[in-house]
Amino acid sequence: MTHQEKRAWIMLVVSAAAYAAYAAVVLSRAGGHPLTRVPYAAALLWTVGASIAATVVAETALGIVNRGESRLTDERDRLIGALGDRVGSSFVVIGAVAAMLMAMAGWDRFWIANVIYLCFFLSAILGSVAKVIAYRKNVPQW
Amino acid sequence: MKPTRVTNSIRALRFANGEMTQADLSTRIGVTRQTLIAIEQGRYSPSLETAFRIAHVFKVPLEDVFHYPDTSEENR
Repeated sequence: MTHQEKRAWIMLVVSAAAYAAYAAVVLSRAGGHPLTRVPYAAALLWTVGASIAATVVAETALGIVNRGESRLTDERDRLIGALGDRVGSSFVVIGAVAAMLMAMAGWDRFWIANVIYLCFFLSAILGSVAKVIAYRKNVPQW
Repeated sequence: MKPTRVTNSIRALRFANGEMTQADLSTRIGVTRQTLIAIEQGRYSPSLETAFRIAHVFKVPLEDVFHYPDTSEENR
């Protein structure tokens, strides 16, 4: 497994864990009340911050454990990286457009913030999944 | 998304050149061993520059390393 594939796995696992933790906290706080009345902002910011910190720690640990291994990034890594970024960025755009439309339609801030966070999560997850599949199977040829 | 139709003789050329290892060849052409494995197995078509580097290592023309089906035969 190349260094870049390991990084894709870290992003995948950390993003999934962070969003699962956030969803669990928000849903546990709901307790039968409407979700729009649940305090979500602190949980959202903490899970975003924790996922960034966890990614840095995991990549540092990876660098220490695999000290002797090559960190070479070649043309295939760059191609797969661009593929993953393209898949991921499409969800950022979808989130931005959805949030804009929801704001124009007067939706509650809870839903606007959460649709953006959900699309960030989908961007990280699906971008990483695309990279892992490309590493394991074929790099798409167009 | 379509699989590559490029085939290659890298494995045979490695064995014909003193059983050169994948690690050795990948170092000489500047790619990871995983990328060389993907090229050998036909899961990745390398750039033209990498293809030439591979041919230069074996000191053979490019067409002795990589092959592509003659599409003019299929179009008839």
